[in-house]
Amino acid sequence: MSKIVKLKKGFDLKLVGKAPSEFLQVAAATTFAIKPSDFPGIQRPKVLVNEGDTVKAGTPILMDKAMDQVIYASPVSGEIVEIKRGDKRKLLEIKILADATVTHEKSGALDLGQDRATLAGKLAASGVWPNVIQRPFGIVANPADNPKAIFVSGFDTHPLAPEVPFLLQGEERYFQAGIDALSKLTTGKVHLNVDGSKAVPAIFSGIKNAQVNQFSGPHPAGNVGTQIHHLDPINKGDVAWTVSPYGVAQIGKFVLEGIYDASKVIALTGSEMSQKGYVKTYTGANVSTFLGGIAQPETLRIISGNVLTGEKVEKDGYLGFYHNQFTVIPEGKYEEFLGWLKPSATKLSFHKAIGMFSFLKSGEFKVDTNTHGEERPFVVSGVFEKVMPMDILPTYLFKAIVTEDFDEMEELGLYEVIEEDVALCEFVDPSKNELQELVRHGIELLMYN
Amino acid sequence: MKLLQNLFDGMKPNFEKGGKWEKFHTLYEGHRTIAFAPDLITKSKGTQIKDATDLKRVMITVVIAMIPALLFGILNIGHQHFIATGAEGTFLDKAIFGALSVLPILIVSYAVGLATEFTFCVIRNHPISEGYLVTGMLIALVMPPFIPLWQVALATIFAVVIGKEVFGGTGMNILNVAMTARAFLYFAYPAQISGDLVWTYLGDKTTVDGFSGATALAVAYNSSIDGTPVVEALSTHNAALGADFSFMSMFMGWIPGSIGETSTLMALIGAVILVATGVASWKIIVGGFSGAYVMGLVMNALAVNEYMAMPAEYHLVMGGLAFGVVFMATDPVSAAQTELGKWIYGILIGVLTVIIRVTNPAYPEGIMLAVLFMNVVAPLIDHYVVKANKTRRLQRATV
Repeated sequence: MSKIVKLKKGFDLKLVGKAPSEFLQVAAATTFAIKPSDFPGIQRPKVLVNEGDTVKAGTPILMDKAMDQVIYASPVSGEIVEIKRGDKRKLLEIKILADATVTHEKSGALDLGQDRATLAGKLAASGVWPNVIQRPFGIVANPADNPKAIFVSGFDTHPLAPEVPFLLQGEERYFQAGIDALSKLTTGKVHLNVDGSKAVPAIFSGIKNAQVNQFSGPHPAGNVGTQIHHLDPINKGDVAWTVSPYGVAQIGKFVLEGIYDASKVIALTGSEMSQKGYVKTYTGANVSTFLGGIAQPETLRIISGNVLTGEKVEKDGYLGFYHNQFTVIPEGKYEEFLGWLKPSATKLSFHKAIGMFSFLKSGEFKVDTNTHGEERPFVVSGVFEKVMPMDILPTYLFKAIVTEDFDEMEELGLYEVIEEDVALCEFVDPSKNELQELVRHGIELLMYN
Repeated sequence: MKLLQNLFDGMKPNFEKGGKWEKFHTLYEGHRTIAFAPDLITKSKGTQIKDATDLKRVMITVVIAMIPALLFGILNIGHQHFIATGAEGTFLDKAIFGALSVLPILIVSYAVGLATEFTFCVIRNHPISEGYLVTGMLIALVMPPFIPLWQVALATIFAVVIGKEVFGGTGMNILNVAMTARAFLYFAYPAQISGDLVWTYLGDKTTVDGFSGATALAVAYNSSIDGTPVVEALSTHNAALGADFSFMSMFMGWIPGSIGETSTLMALIGAVILVATGVASWKIIVGGFSGAYVMGLVMNALAVNEYMAMPAEYHLVMGGLAFGVVFMATDPVSAAQTELGKWIYGILIGVLTVIIRVTNPAYPEGIMLAVLFMNVVAPLIDHYVVKANKTRRLQRATV
């Protein structure tokens, strides 16, 4: 039975700089990188290549010694040009200089008739597996687990997020094959959740082997964590998996053609992005070619991902593994005379406190990275609850993490959230606490103790 | 503005590590961030943008919501003085008289409170928090106009230190700080904050014949002793002087009482500002008023004396109930923090206020003790609401 869920709580951030639905002609990126920091669950990363080695797309280059069935593959063919390490030899990046034409490791089509364990093992060794994320904790899934269900969110409600159907143009066959493969990996259901406020896009409409559910409402209606909470919530001891639509298509391509194809469509967005639109590239692409004619990158914040859950990258940095969006906005390093008191209708705010008239404005907002205030203890109550469409008491959950109370963390629902689920709380918090970092800290406490 | 920025920049080296005033770094930051919203930017991970509202703006919203009550209070102090002394006074006379009596209290409250707060921030190296913006105003508004300034100062220090700083500062306190100040005075110096003589500032004049300085609550209480119906007692009180306690004059606030608490209307204007801006919980405010009204009706039904038989709506306009419910009960730090908890907390404040008023001869005003008591109980209410949430999550697992 498909479900229709209408959500009221949340907040849509309407920002300047959405990507129009068209492809841009941009010089192809030449270097690509895999960053272990993109995978929060990796405990003991081990590099499988040396500088100077040549690799194909799909060649294993990284693994986690704590879960050695899963390999992390090179997105392109080419030469390993640098293995960058930081303090205490911490692995930061494996950089690959790409060939002009990408060649793939080939293994032939995958027979979905095999048993679950064999199938999972083959996917884990192919390079597509890191698309499968485990809840709780939001880490790369263990192929040996049998999840109670698998969830795919077919739309993205983050600020300036790309249109999912546009990202998957021409991938319809692969998407279905990916869903078929996932349905073999669980004894439960595969849930495909679509935007209930719009007509179901063609790519999702005739889908088989999945239950299609409709979600509507403001962000975070498109977050898979919100959807799980309303479909089949995660309790202590449960394991569920989530895969992005792009990940599903990538798995499907491996099933049908036996290759790890890391080509992806990404959106270039944000008020300061000189050319907005979509480009075709590969996972881990270098950002510099996309920035085009931007004059002074020092005064700008380049973000891999969106403004709520993304990560700052340098002007020669790399696209995150799970991201299909670059956002460029101004940095906010300025003082503003009586900025806390001045009335404004152009600053984006969820609140309506004296002088904040942004709720009267219907258009798009231009934002920068200024925090608009200093960090304070939790004072105002009831705000987080308004942007959290789950039966979770965010303030109490955060306090439980601060005090490192393990029982409380479990009982108050830390199994149900990861960083992206509290990103709106972090945005609206007038006390400016780092709540995504806090939630990851809590998750690590639960995972490793 | 460049000039001010340069002035701050010029002082900055002294406050940095190794500078001669290094210890007072937090004071420098505190003042600079009041003049200029700081140039802080988001970290490389986490949200890259933040909401334009900060705690300073939230707090100043509460201060602005209290300004109608403050201005009316100033005028009313003058008004009460001229009634008591039987002299004629123009609007301006009353305003000036009131200002001369209220502003020193306000200044002492802010000066002493901020000095205490700064001292703690320096000793403990905390950032200066904006919580006292609200507390300073609240303390002044719940003082009788006649209060000696040294008592204001003492109560403020007590409230900031024992009410707040010992718990860890803003956001950590259990009791409402301003109510703590008032309760301190109430029990330490009852002569200056209760009775019939402290509400009207006479100066060197004497009262006019037939004047009584009693508050409405005291009149109501006395009528239950001598058996006059309360409404009659209230409407004949000082009637010859044109200063009766009719429902309307109590609603408007032309009655003796603490500086900011007499006018129900001004508290309601504040409530509209607080609710429209989303700063205070409407659930607590609505809960507080309805709790008091319903308890008033219950008292009517069980009436054994005249006070209990008083029409329930009178409770809403007498004494400091409206002010307390709107500005004190809604303090987010000391109130219940769960949404269901806010209803329970608000309603019980109203109920308790009426019970204390009607049944307890020692304290004519119930709101102060009701708020403080519910502050203490709020975590217990929240505990059960949170427990219900946990239980729902546990039950889900077995289904």
